[in-house]
Amino acid sequence: MLSRYGLRCFALGYLSLLLLAPLGMVFWRTFEHGFWPAWDSITTSDARHALYLTLLIAAIVVPANTVYGVLCALAIVRGRFPGKGIVNALVDLPLALSPVVVGLALLLLYGRTGWLGPWLTDHGIQVVFALPSLVLATIFVSLPFVVREVVPVLREIGTEQEQAAATLGASRFQTFRKVTLPAIRWGVAYGVVLTMARALGEFGAVSVVSGHIAGKTETMTQYVQAQYEGFNVAGAYAASVLLAILAVITLLAMTLVRRKEETV
Amino acid sequence: MAIDVREVSKRFGEFPALENVSVEVPTGSLTALLGPSGSGKSTLLRVIAGLERPDHGRVLLDGDDVTKRPPQKRGVGFVFQHYAAFRHMTVYENVAFGLRVQRRPKGETRTRVAELLELVQLDGLAERYPAQLSGGQRQRMGLARALAVEPTVLLLDEPFGALDARVRKELRVWLRRLHDETHTTTLIVTHDQEEAMDVADQIVLMNHGRVEQVAAPRELYDEPANEFVMSFVGPVNRIGGAFVRPHDVELQLQPSDGCEEAMVERLVHLGFEVRVELVRGNGDQFSVQISRDRALELELDRGQIVYVRPLRERTFVTD
Repeated sequence: MLSRYGLRCFALGYLSLLLLAPLGMVFWRTFEHGFWPAWDSITTSDARHALYLTLLIAAIVVPANTVYGVLCALAIVRGRFPGKGIVNALVDLPLALSPVVVGLALLLLYGRTGWLGPWLTDHGIQVVFALPSLVLATIFVSLPFVVREVVPVLREIGTEQEQAAATLGASRFQTFRKVTLPAIRWGVAYGVVLTMARALGEFGAVSVVSGHIAGKTETMTQYVQAQYEGFNVAGAYAASVLLAILAVITLLAMTLVRRKEETV
Repeated sequence: MAIDVREVSKRFGEFPALENVSVEVPTGSLTALLGPSGSGKSTLLRVIAGLERPDHGRVLLDGDDVTKRPPQKRGVGFVFQHYAAFRHMTVYENVAFGLRVQRRPKGETRTRVAELLELVQLDGLAERYPAQLSGGQRQRMGLARALAVEPTVLLLDEPFGALDARVRKELRVWLRRLHDETHTTTLIVTHDQEEAMDVADQIVLMNHGRVEQVAAPRELYDEPANEFVMSFVGPVNRIGGAFVRPHDVELQLQPSDGCEEAMVERLVHLGFEVRVELVRGNGDQFSVQISRDRALELELDRGQIVYVRPLRERTFVTD
């Protein structure tokens, strides 16, 4: 009994100290002088643009990585092809690699002096210091989440349900849509939440390739940093709170959908 | 012939799962594929369904060569050992699946599913999810789902293997009745010789990826083609070079012509019958099965000396 309570206290204490306390602090400092000062500091045109940019990136990255993640997981679990082990290992690379390295790699490839840079510039395509590089960097760092969530679920459900669907006359696509996809939906949903969280919060990789142009290539996380460094601490706190709220909404949305589903 | 398998071979890596197997299943029959695990019976079933591709040979269904056809286009119903229920669908949706992917009219689907659920005695459970069903119910759902698309042949892969003994026996009887009603050509894989004898008109006995014998249950038991068949379809004693069934041995208390002496080692009461485990002078063990009344009459006891004489024995030419 005692050990169970002890364990619970430890888990909660640890969480409070490392997570809740700093987060609470940010909330407190943000609303120290009431709601409106905080509201004003995140409704400046730069702040609004940063929010728009962050949401836009997430809106591109999340669907892209979801589709890729499901296909990649299918290939890893069901596929039989040479180099499968390499694909499986490479998917984890973004988890191991520092985001700054990712950013630098993108610069080397697409930057003005990079391999593809000159060709792209000649064709009027601006990658670095523009939306494309922000999207690429975010896709890269949030690549593994859907794959890693879906792979174990696919392994667990096995192939029998799919074979049953095939003997019942379902085409491959029908089988995928009516049998496989519903069976892995919670893995996908969790992967989407993690991808979303990472896309909203990514700093390092994006920071290298964005160029920090306020109102143009500055995402929410960079906006926070810029405000903090510009001694607009209140603005930085308010923007942080906004990011935190977005994260909480993402988590909450999944919990709600899941609860609704489970009562069926 | 509803199913005609011609000289099919299949290897998994170095392991030969099927070696030159030919099997014919008459239209409307209920045939069992019997054999120990690893004998290739499930692989053969999956080859017929199109879930495995044979390395060599051909598969004909109702006279059509379907060897290269995918499972979707073979018109087979397949029932899996572990049900393969669509877990996120209700019983109704599971059974309706095949009809829905074929885009049959809604009204027709509804009537057909209702009929099938009644047939498998699941009416009233249509809105349940597979997780809310017992194993036996799940398997009946699996059967209804397979039957929904009116398959030319019904293939069952150890359908009762995951169920407990009592449910297994009930479903066996029920399957036989269902077959007598629907007359769908049915091929059932099982490793249980009693199950095969119980349900099937014809048994295909397999071992090491080959067919050992194809026969009706009684013929398989009475006229086994070789030692393997004889020992697989029932208990058997080896006396010298001959094989004899435990119930084909006469047991007496007094010596007579052609008798051999043995000592009672153990008595096992099996209800209606008693198995007497004996040990011969040379140390060989064997068993005799006698009726309970006969055992009482003889007043057998451990350590007792008895005299046995085989009534019917078989010898096989080994190659």
